[in-house]
Amino acid sequence: MFNEYALHHAWLIPLLPAIAFVVIGFFLRKSPVLSAFLAITMSMVSFILSLGVGYGVVVQHITVEHPLIDKIPWVDIAGLSINMGMYIDPVSALMLFIVTLVSLLVQIYAVGYMKGDDGFGRFFAYLSLFAATMLGLIIAVNFVQMFIFWELVGLCSYLLIGYYFHKPSACEASKKAFMTTRIGDFGLLLGILLLQIVFGTLDFAQLTIAIPEYVQQYGTGVLTVAALLIFAGPIAKSGQFPLHVWLPDAMEGPTPVSALIHAATMVVAGVYLVVRVFFLYSMLPNVMLIIAWVGGFTACFAATIAITQQDIKRILAYSTISQLGYMMLALGVGSVTASMFHLMTHAFFKALMFLAAGSVMHGLHDKGNIFEMGGLRHKMPITFAAMTIGVLAISGIPPFAGFFSKDEILLAVSEVSAPLYIIAVVTAFMTAFYMFRLLFLVFCGPEKPENNPHEAPSTMKFSLIILSIFAIIGGYIPHVYHFGEWIRFGDASHEGLNWTIAATSMVLSVLAMALAWLIYGSGKVSPDRLAMRFSTLYNVSYHKYYIDELYLWLNYTFVRGFGKILYWLDLYIVDGIVNGLAKLTYRMGDELRQWQTGYLQQYGLILFGAILIMVVWLVITAPISMASLRGGAY
Amino acid sequence: MDHFPLLTAIMLAPIIGALFLSFLPREADKIIKMVSALTMMVALGLVIYAYEMYDFNLGGMQFVESRAWIQDLGVSFILGVDGISLPMLLLTVLIGFSTVFASWNITKRSKEFFILLLILLAGVTGTFITQDLFIFLLFYEMVVIPIYIMVLIWGSSKRVSKEYSGMKLTIYLLLGSAFMLVGIIDLYLNAYPSGMRTFSMTALAQANQLGNLSEGFQIFTFFLLMIGFGSLLSMWPLHSWSPDGYAGAPTAVSMIHAGVLKKIGGYGLIRIGLLILPLGAKFWAPWIALLAVCNVLYAGFIALVQKDLKYVIGYSSVSHMGYVLIGFAALNGTGMNGAIGNMFAHGIMSALFFAMIGYVYEKTHTRYIPDLGGLAHQMPRVATGFMLAGMASLGLPGLIGFIPEFTIFVGAFREYPVYALLAISGIIFTALYILRVLANVLFGPRRTEFDGCADARGVELVPLIVLGSVLVVFGVFPQMLMGMVNSGVEPMVPFLTKLHAAPALLGGLFR
Amino acid sequence: MISLVHYLTVAAILFIIGVYGVLTKRNIVTILMSIELMLNAVNINLVAFSRFIQPEVLTGQVFSIFTITVAASEVAVGLALLFRVYHDYDTVHIDKLNRMRW
Repeated sequence: MFNEYALHHAWLIPLLPAIAFVVIGFFLRKSPVLSAFLAITMSMVSFILSLGVGYGVVVQHITVEHPLIDKIPWVDIAGLSINMGMYIDPVSALMLFIVTLVSLLVQIYAVGYMKGDDGFGRFFAYLSLFAATMLGLIIAVNFVQMFIFWELVGLCSYLLIGYYFHKPSACEASKKAFMTTRIGDFGLLLGILLLQIVFGTLDFAQLTIAIPEYVQQYGTGVLTVAALLIFAGPIAKSGQFPLHVWLPDAMEGPTPVSALIHAATMVVAGVYLVVRVFFLYSMLPNVMLIIAWVGGFTACFAATIAITQQDIKRILAYSTISQLGYMMLALGVGSVTASMFHLMTHAFFKALMFLAAGSVMHGLHDKGNIFEMGGLRHKMPITFAAMTIGVLAISGIPPFAGFFSKDEILLAVSEVSAPLYIIAVVTAFMTAFYMFRLLFLVFCGPEKPENNPHEAPSTMKFSLIILSIFAIIGGYIPHVYHFGEWIRFGDASHEGLNWTIAATSMVLSVLAMALAWLIYGSGKVSPDRLAMRFSTLYNVSYHKYYIDELYLWLNYTFVRGFGKILYWLDLYIVDGIVNGLAKLTYRMGDELRQWQTGYLQQYGLILFGAILIMVVWLVITAPISMASLRGGAY
Repeated sequence: MDHFPLLTAIMLAPIIGALFLSFLPREADKIIKMVSALTMMVALGLVIYAYEMYDFNLGGMQFVESRAWIQDLGVSFILGVDGISLPMLLLTVLIGFSTVFASWNITKRSKEFFILLLILLAGVTGTFITQDLFIFLLFYEMVVIPIYIMVLIWGSSKRVSKEYSGMKLTIYLLLGSAFMLVGIIDLYLNAYPSGMRTFSMTALAQANQLGNLSEGFQIFTFFLLMIGFGSLLSMWPLHSWSPDGYAGAPTAVSMIHAGVLKKIGGYGLIRIGLLILPLGAKFWAPWIALLAVCNVLYAGFIALVQKDLKYVIGYSSVSHMGYVLIGFAALNGTGMNGAIGNMFAHGIMSALFFAMIGYVYEKTHTRYIPDLGGLAHQMPRVATGFMLAGMASLGLPGLIGFIPEFTIFVGAFREYPVYALLAISGIIFTALYILRVLANVLFGPRRTEFDGCADARGVELVPLIVLGSVLVVFGVFPQMLMGMVNSGVEPMVPFLTKLHAAPALLGGLFR
Repeated sequence: MISLVHYLTVAAILFIIGVYGVLTKRNIVTILMSIELMLNAVNINLVAFSRFIQPEVLTGQVFSIFTITVAASEVAVGLALLFRVYHDYDTVHIDKLNRMRW
């Protein structure tokens, strides 16, 4: 009964947080307790509904091929009709579950974390808006709905990164996030328009049917272009190279936001988009190869940066980029199953790590540099436990969640391309290394007396514990229930472990852990000496390959420079012509004015002179009348 | 209700208000403002009633009133609205209503100000509801003069003096209308060769079907109209009056000008240019598309480097008009829908923007962006208005700007892929300058020098609430706007399809 | 015998003198006097034509009386203006009264 209701009222899942947003925004902003209560209640109901949806999907045998679609017309005009609706299949049901769960936990966490903040109500309003738009994105039935919510989650990200709007760095970061994703959205929009022109529809279900036929008839030329353009969206949103630059800066937002938006949910929207339109990508092997390489490169690239970063949240941000690259890589090699599996486990353990990092920063009064921390395991045992679970999970140590999903990805990659497999394994090694580096530096070693840490309040601990549980058991869910039969594209995917690959990656992870312990835990090798030794490498990595600097320079030199040139043109050429014309008129008037002396007597003289001339002329040209006058009788 | 002259009433409401104001003593400041507000409220009510009563299924001209006027010249007083003019009418009164409240703090010669404002609004209303070219021109001229006086007396100056900007604005618009006049007289004399003379738009629109208008004639006359309406719409390179003019004008005039007056240009291009001279429109459409791209990118880049708030929004409105133009130039139903929808959308958002800038200027006495900052601390409501207008301006879905823009892109992409691509890249630059303004004006550390600046309150909130809610409501339910527009465009679709199918004329060279 | 031509000649001479005065004199009083001369020349014409062409009706004579009346009032207004001008500007020299000139 309940699952039936939930399935057919799945549109309530995004609507409820939206209502929370409106109510908090207009009425409850001033009351922290009520706004938090409302937001959490709504999230809770959404979560329960999405559990119902998930159960319903399984019970009612809704599969990828037979989704449940329900839609209503939204805009209907000549040449364009757009629907809004819901598209429920196992993939979206899984996403609904992940997003509502993480969103609920993060909101509960934020009650403790944001306590006493001036904008508490505003924060929960934004969080609710984010939940609403993200959930709307997940159930999108067509490209337009997808794009609409895609942009709106971008707005929420903008608002939440810039939440501390008194901080100039937060303003800059929010602007950068919006701009960078806008560039991707430009491509996405173009791709969508191209599809609209070619097919006359943007509906996922209709395109699923239309695209294979089109490919058979006309080949893949236009579609390749469209698919690449669409992929620009995910590149920006999911922080893939070269548009990854906004994600680390996005850490300027409050930590719960980083956990929710910039780790677990919004940034995976790009992955989700590719999965959603896999019917397009699966027809285009060349594009798939590009996706795989972009993902693989990003994963490795971000990992090399993460190794030298010192801010706890930035390390996690680069790790997020790297893991997103992993997911893209999995998609590129054609394994939706592995990608979505990793998406799920990553959402759990990365949100967990961010929340733990938030707890650390909360305890240390917003200190972020890991080299200034140390020995926190004594004063913050729960946080330490949570972080350890997260690190073990991401490093791929069994039996934690990341081990299984990473193994799936490595397996899928190894079947397609050896070079990519090597990249993925190297990345896994680096991941384990920098994660243990973080763990050892923050929690081990001697305590630093000036820090005076304290353990997090209970709401924060609650979320940490729940997420820890998911980070531990998340990897088993698929093995208990046939994940690969539900979450897939095309044939059902295999599940289970490939022991060779699993063993390789496990050994590497343990080696990385040992190396990290050698350098950062035991103090046997000095990290400073290493940095000195490889100073070029260290600097390049520490400065993120100078990509931010390059973009800034490009923006200032070209975009603004071009603007300045055009403004000059506008002022002196376009407007110059206008003003020149005005001046010409003025000059002409000025010249003509000289002729008008203003002396009445001169005018009179001219007048009489003219009359005289006319009279003389009349006399000469009209002899007959003059004669009659002269010869008259008088 | 057939007998109630609804449109006349809508047009006369401001005039009656203005007449009434002229009998009030100038000291009765509050009453003057109340009367103006009441007048516009009546007009708004009537228009909303008309919007509700308009029969979508029937379409076409409704609420038609027709009276013979100067029969010897073929001038008659025909009023009527369809799906194209009704949104424009709604826009006019919405913005008119808001301007009254946005000007609530005017104390200098408030009586004259509100009289002129109401006359101005009556003029704009008239241009959108009349179906006779002569009356159209008449109302148009009625608009220009009050604007000049208002800029000179209540304007403010920054880069250029208000006298300069007022003069530039007026002369530019009059020059445009001179071209328009020549074109219209040309049309009037040539549409019907044998004795029958008429200014009626419907009758003139049939002249082409009768084959009275040769292709060469249409191309020439459309060019004249294009210059006329183009300068009104700030088509590149006839745009330079717009930023200077807005910068000099008082808030209300900027709002009306950017919000409504520019739209007369687009409206005229469709109603007069396209419907009466379709072959001319077809010939010039590729050129218009090219100029539209110039509008979008050129003005967008310039907006990036402006330091005066009003200049940013001035150039931004030039940039947005490029979208309208390219939607028009696509000459298909989708593009046309988008163009009209975008005119409405841009009107609302730019009016809101100018209203907010007006508040900021009133309270901080500066519009210079580097001098501003952190205003979200002291003026959260104004900041909300800024955010709404800015986000709508950069085409955020869920606000009014997105669907019209998307529609334009769909329409234009089909006809001019390269131009459309360039124009769409405008969304990046729009975002760049809008975010720059938002970040530099609203965010950043609290500045103590603005601590004394009060947030908008009381009646000052009316523009924010009215325009803001329109932005959101029409954004979330775009069919409310697009359905109406579509009912005006749908009948044109066969006509446009035929136009496309017509043999490629000289215009074929440019495809 | 004095013919019409004689009258017309006298009137023409008088008129030319008036024109000369109006065009060359810089004193407003003189200009006004010259205008009177021109008007009188016209009067002579009117009366002369009337007498020689249609002696039986007195149209010309009546018309000239109208002219004289108008001329009188014109002088009255002109002199009044002149006084105001003199009072305000201390001069009746027209070259000095050039405020309206660009």
